[in-house]
Amino acid sequence: MRESKAITPDLIASHGISSEEYARIQGILGRDPNFTELGIFSVMWSEHCSYKSSRVHLKGLPTQGPCILQGPGENAGVVDIGDGLAIVFKMESHNHPSFIEPYQGAATGVGGIIRDIFTMGARPIALLDSLRFGPLGDPKGRYVAGGVVAGIAGYGNAVGVPTVGGELFVSERYAGNPLVNVFCLGIAPKERIWLARAGGAGNPVIYVGAKTGRDGIHGATMASEAFAEGSEERRPTVQVGDPFREKLLIEACLELMAQDVLVGIQDMGAAGLTCSTCEMASRGGVGIEIDLAKVPRRETGMIPYEVMLSESQERMLLVAKRGREAEVLQIFRKWDLDAVIIGRVTEDGMMRVKEGGQVVAEIPAHPLAEDGPVYRRCMARPDYLQETERADLSCLPVPRRLGEVLIQLLGSPGIASKLPVWRQYDHMLFCNSVVEPGSDAAVLRIQGTRKGLALSADGNGRYTYLDPYEGGKLAVAEAARNVVCAGARPLAITNCLNFGSPERPEIMWQFAEAVRGMADACRAFGTPVTGGNVSFYNETLGTAIFPTPIIGMVGLLEDIRHAATQWFKAEGDVIYLFGETRDELGGSEYLKVIHGLETGRPPRLDLDRERAVQAACLAAIQAGIVRSAHDAADGGLAVALAECCVSGPEARLGAIVELRGEVRPDALLFGESASRILVSVTPADADRLEAVAATHGAPCVRLGKVGGEELILKGRGFECRLPLARLHDAWATGLSQLLE
Amino acid sequence: MRVGVLVFPGTWSHQDFAHVLGDVVRSPWGFVWHKERSVAGYDCLILPGGFAHGDYLRCGAIARFSPVMEAVVRFAKEGGPVIGSCNGFQILCEAGLLPGALLRNTCLQYRCQWVHIRTENRNTPFTRRLAPGQLLRIPISHGEGRYYAAPETLAAMRARGQIVFRYATADGRVTAEANPNGSLENIAGVSNEAGNVVGLMPHPERAAEALLGSQDGLPLFLGAIQTVR
Repeated sequence: MRESKAITPDLIASHGISSEEYARIQGILGRDPNFTELGIFSVMWSEHCSYKSSRVHLKGLPTQGPCILQGPGENAGVVDIGDGLAIVFKMESHNHPSFIEPYQGAATGVGGIIRDIFTMGARPIALLDSLRFGPLGDPKGRYVAGGVVAGIAGYGNAVGVPTVGGELFVSERYAGNPLVNVFCLGIAPKERIWLARAGGAGNPVIYVGAKTGRDGIHGATMASEAFAEGSEERRPTVQVGDPFREKLLIEACLELMAQDVLVGIQDMGAAGLTCSTCEMASRGGVGIEIDLAKVPRRETGMIPYEVMLSESQERMLLVAKRGREAEVLQIFRKWDLDAVIIGRVTEDGMMRVKEGGQVVAEIPAHPLAEDGPVYRRCMARPDYLQETERADLSCLPVPRRLGEVLIQLLGSPGIASKLPVWRQYDHMLFCNSVVEPGSDAAVLRIQGTRKGLALSADGNGRYTYLDPYEGGKLAVAEAARNVVCAGARPLAITNCLNFGSPERPEIMWQFAEAVRGMADACRAFGTPVTGGNVSFYNETLGTAIFPTPIIGMVGLLEDIRHAATQWFKAEGDVIYLFGETRDELGGSEYLKVIHGLETGRPPRLDLDRERAVQAACLAAIQAGIVRSAHDAADGGLAVALAECCVSGPEARLGAIVELRGEVRPDALLFGESASRILVSVTPADADRLEAVAATHGAPCVRLGKVGGEELILKGRGFECRLPLARLHDAWATGLSQLLE
Repeated sequence: MRVGVLVFPGTWSHQDFAHVLGDVVRSPWGFVWHKERSVAGYDCLILPGGFAHGDYLRCGAIARFSPVMEAVVRFAKEGGPVIGSCNGFQILCEAGLLPGALLRNTCLQYRCQWVHIRTENRNTPFTRRLAPGQLLRIPISHGEGRYYAAPETLAAMRARGQIVFRYATADGRVTAEANPNGSLENIAGVSNEAGNVVGLMPHPERAAEALLGSQDGLPLFLGAIQTVR
């Protein structure tokens, strides 16, 4: 590849640039781009970096709120939590790289999101992962799952950021396209948040961290295409992570940010040097001029095109105050990191790239970063919905042995204990983990205060497939319910939206509907969106994944002593259900596992009801009367009750429960009606709990009590008695058998 | 009385030790950067967990060559109390201050979990506040914590009481099921011959507050502080 490569229609097309987009480039430049410039435009205007298909829809999401210090548009969102502190958080996908090379794909996903957090001046203190794999009985599915989990462990453990929670789900629909969504949260003094913007003509632009190689060139473009045969050949577009260097970068950058020497800082993630340079210039309303001859390289013979597009990991770009360069370089020297002045801020608004004395690319920064194409793509309601919405589930036979159904569900990988995964992650570092993985939400204390944070990642692709609008709503509702069950007030969300190709009208319709559902739910719960990530083109050979919006929810506990967990605590406690069970089997795990069906309508979500249930649960927890609280979701009430019995870290406790209602027994036990929470209280507090529920207008029924060596489920026409050991075995070994 | 907490590039438990020393047991402490050549002014040294220098090679193999280690070895030879947890234990073994080595867990995976360890030797500065056979509920977090020593070394260690902690069940039995990583004889912690240098794979700093589920690690801190006072 030489610089002088002629710009032919084939070359333009191979960069994924349409003829309209090319005309737009000519308009911005007033001339034809050269080869380097074409590469720069192709990555900045890729779907991954430009959000060109999603932008018009994302505008509908609420982003304002009293505690929001920084909404979408920066490296991460920032929320005020009082006591002079702010939390910084974001979620990102690394789906495509994780399919091509599971270990490094997942590892660099962890590295990338951590950089987004400390770039803003926050110390990263927690990670969550939302994972979707193909069936684990299949060797490829097991290879991908094993590699991804090992990659998250390998990077997260070494870099020293605990993985405190997450979720995992398995379906054929992810066999050709796994999902790896990583959430990271950091904490910072409120007045010390750093933004990714350049400023002050003449200020030095400094390159820090790992040397630049040829890895990851066009990674952002790869993430903007569907997979065909031979995706493995794309392995060179996946980067290789170095958690040790990232740890040094965290410490050096945080040390630097405590001094008064910086103007702005951004990590080099997708589209590497290109993206960081033009975005910092654009946000600051200035220009940046850099000289590639000064960029540290680990390979020889790299041309400007390659240096600009490399996605080598563990690199940062920063703008320092003029005259303070020595102090900056001194700190990086202490940490044995490469730090080189590669350019300066200019007044002319241009991103000017030189190689030695010669200008190799010259593009106005603002139009490059902000004036990319925006598409209002065709949308069409998918045909399959006609069939799934009409599916008559009432004619399904009710299984005779409902207890065996429960055992089978508990062992299904989506429901079974995730211990085989999370015990591979350090989830306790920093001494904050008050509630470890394995409950509805992770709870961290905030040192130096009485407060705590509850974190949850949720999303149900099957629901979204069957009704994208409801699926978007349900994802936000479940995430909020989970942090409420932990005793926290939902504050704000981030998200990863994983969909198929936006060039297909049905996919675009799914996307628009899901975002609309999320927006409505976020407004109802008062939880604004602080940022997120869209991952399109999640399909292989024309088969798309389930449309999967994943919500990362953060909740605040004013008093960490109110942290609640899902498992029963003592014999004799009384079990209540907030909410109601309807005749809803559509989209349930039961329907899939037992009947092999993924059809029907997902559970209906009434936002007012959901709010009432959450308010009642939170008030009861804050009143100190709740001994356990657990969201009844995947697998329904029976599964939730079984989890209350056997998921505790210590003793297992049985229960006797009577379920009333006019719905069919399998829907009563395994249906996934929304807005339901199981709580247990001491007998002395039972009346108070009912009073709290009445105050908030939440339905509240007494189901039974904790105790014994069995879970006994009684109802009209059925009675199941399941020994705790059987429940525990099914739940504890379901996933480990598949993974090992 | 001042405790020095060593920081190598890639160390990550130093903040947690600092938190327990400063906020829980309220004892003076300071970080010691690995490029320092002296540990003067400190009465006790802690080598925390992490991945010093990345540990891409054998764990601790590069850290033992960090400039500060010469001073640490001198301090230990003069009888100063030194404790290494997790990666710190690995470094002390590599530096020759403790016998044996830490190999990859038999499950070939990282393990972060609560375990119980039984106190086998109270005759060290760090374990003197523990009762004979006292059980501690404490977390581990490592991929390479399988303790190994040659048979004759192990016999000598046993004879001299250098085995400080063993993994045990919640009721104190030393069994194979209680062993999370395949360590020889369930060994979780050892000392040098003099008893002033102790290494253990578990993290006492993560078991120092009731809010986090256990305070069983606290006596190790209190023992060290009391000794020097």
